Formats: sequence, C-alpha cells, structure tokens
Amino acid sequence: MSWPTVLVLAAGTYLLRLAGLLLRDRIRLSDAVQRRLDLAATALLVALVAVAALTEGGGFAGWARPAGVAVGAIAAWRRVPFVLVVVLAAGTAAGLRALGVR
Amino acid sequence: MRSLYRTLDRDDVRDAAALAAAIGVVGASFGALATAAGVRPELIVAMSLLVFAGGSQFLAVTVVAAGGGGVAAVVGGILINARHLPFGLAIGDTVGRGPLARLVGAHLLIDEAVAFARARGSGPRARAAYWLCGGSFFVCWNAGTALGMLGGAAVPDPAAFGVDAAFPAALLALLLPALRDADARRVGLAAVAVALLATPVLPPGLPVLLGVLGVLAAGRATRRPAR
Repeated sequence: MSWPTVLVLAAGTYLLRLAGLLLRDRIRLSDAVQRRLDLAATALLVALVAVAALTEGGGFAGWARPAGVAVGAIAAWRRVPFVLVVVLAAGTAAGLRALGVR
Repeated sequence: MRSLYRTLDRDDVRDAAALAAAIGVVGASFGALATAAGVRPELIVAMSLLVFAGGSQFLAVTVVAAGGGGVAAVVGGILINARHLPFGLAIGDTVGRGPLARLVGAHLLIDEAVAFARARGSGPRARAAYWLCGGSFFVCWNAGTALGMLGGAAVPDPAAFGVDAAFPAALLALLLPALRDADARRVGLAAVAVALLATPVLPPGLPVLLGVLGVLAAGRATRRPAR
C-alpha cells in the first residue's frame, strides 16, 4: 500500500459519488445499466468473500477460517444482529485454532 | 440544522445507532486486518478518512497483501465503488440541493446510508436519516479503524482472534439483502466459481477482479423485462 494507491482510490471514489449527485438532474441511466453496475459490484464482493474465506496464498486456507465464516453466514441468514455475526465468526475461528484446528 | 434535528425519528436514531455500532466493529476489523497485512498506520487512517468505503478498502488491502499491485487495488476498489454513481443518481434529491450539501453529502454516501434513507421515502425524514447515518457511520468507521489498529498491533497474531474469519462473514452479512434477488444469487454463484477456479492458476488478487465476469450469468434475466 502506498500514498498514490490511497489517494487515487479516494479521488476516484469521491468523484463517482459526486458525479451521481450532480448528474441527478441531467441524465437518466436506464434501469438495465444501473442493474448491471449493481450486479458487477455484487459479483466482485461475493468473489472476494469466497476467496478471502477459503483461500490463502493460492491454496486452501485451512478449516478454522471457513468454519468461522460459515457460522457467521448462518447467523446472518437467521437475522442475528450484525455485531453478533462478526463476533460469532471471529469467535468460532479463534476457538477452533485454540483447540489446535488449522 | 435545528429543523433537521427536530425531524429525526427516535426509532431511526436507535436503528442507525445499531448500524453505526456494527460499522464500528467492521471498521475495527479493517484496522486490525490492514495492520496485520503490514499497511503503514498513516495510510490506514487516510484510507478510512478519504475513501470511506468498506468493501473497496478491504479489497485494496487484500489485493496488496496478496501481492497484487497498486493498480489492481485501485481498479478493483473503483469497480466496487462504481455503484455509488447510480446510488447518487437515486438519492440526489434526498441529500439536498445546495453546493455544500452535495460536496459533503457525496463523501458520506455509502450503501447502508442510501438503503437506510430510501427505506424512509424521499421527504424530510429521509433527508434527516441520510445525514444521521452518513455522519454517525463516518465517525464510527474511523473511530473503529483507530481502535482496530491499536488492538491489532497489540497482538502478535490476529488470526488467534479470528479477525480473518470476521471480515468475510461481515461482508457476506452486508451482501445478504442484495442476494435475496434471484438474479444476484446467480451472478454471485458464477463469480464464486470463476474466482475460486482462477485462484490456483492466476497471480493473487486477479481472481477477485475476474469474479466480475459472473455478471454474464444475469444476461438472459435482465433482457426479459426490456421487451
């Protein structure tokens, strides 16, 4: 991570946000285009979740982390409060590691 | 400001506070994760202050930590945040019309604030909710980041605390509402398949970017309503 990376990401993100607000009265994105942008972001985030939950350095991350993510996912699906979702996921992975599971 | 304060609904304040607390926890996990990934402290603080978009911050740190370049981190982060543009189009009238409201309101635009405000229509209550969420989320995200950095740096191995499991679970919890849509679920499954298949054979960081190909899985379903 370097200053150019942070500042370019910050500037790009801010311009995207501002552009949406300023273009509000000028153009109208078709619903199909808007939906594509939204789906593309969903695709990237879901891919990130899968890669971050299951892999480490191109290989399998071990069982503790996916188990923790799975417990968190079930909790979120059962509409458990968000704070508890995070605590349950971390606690499961931490507990398994304390027991010697990698 | 006084009229904005009076417009605030008590239930909205409670719900926003719960969400703000949760965002603080994710902010703490970001601070700890970024610290564990070896990102310099001033860069972590600058990211949370200036980028203020959790998904792209996690992606950027993950890509760089995994050995990807700064360009991949910026491109990935910008792609994730591209949805802020249509969000801005949708929420523009709620944020306010003055130049100052637009300049400040733009920086406070994140998924949760948009979803929270839109659930309250488009009148004064929605505007109050947007600024309540934007302001409290920004404060909690940055305070959480700082606390996470302190906590994360104090421990020799953050994995012992399961931080690595907490952040994918947190991202997934944030994604669940969007994944109630069947088309989004198809896209998500395709993205997972592409990213996981690419992981063993491509340089780290790139598989996540390739996950955007999952959007091709939505082709047929999005064409139908247009007819």
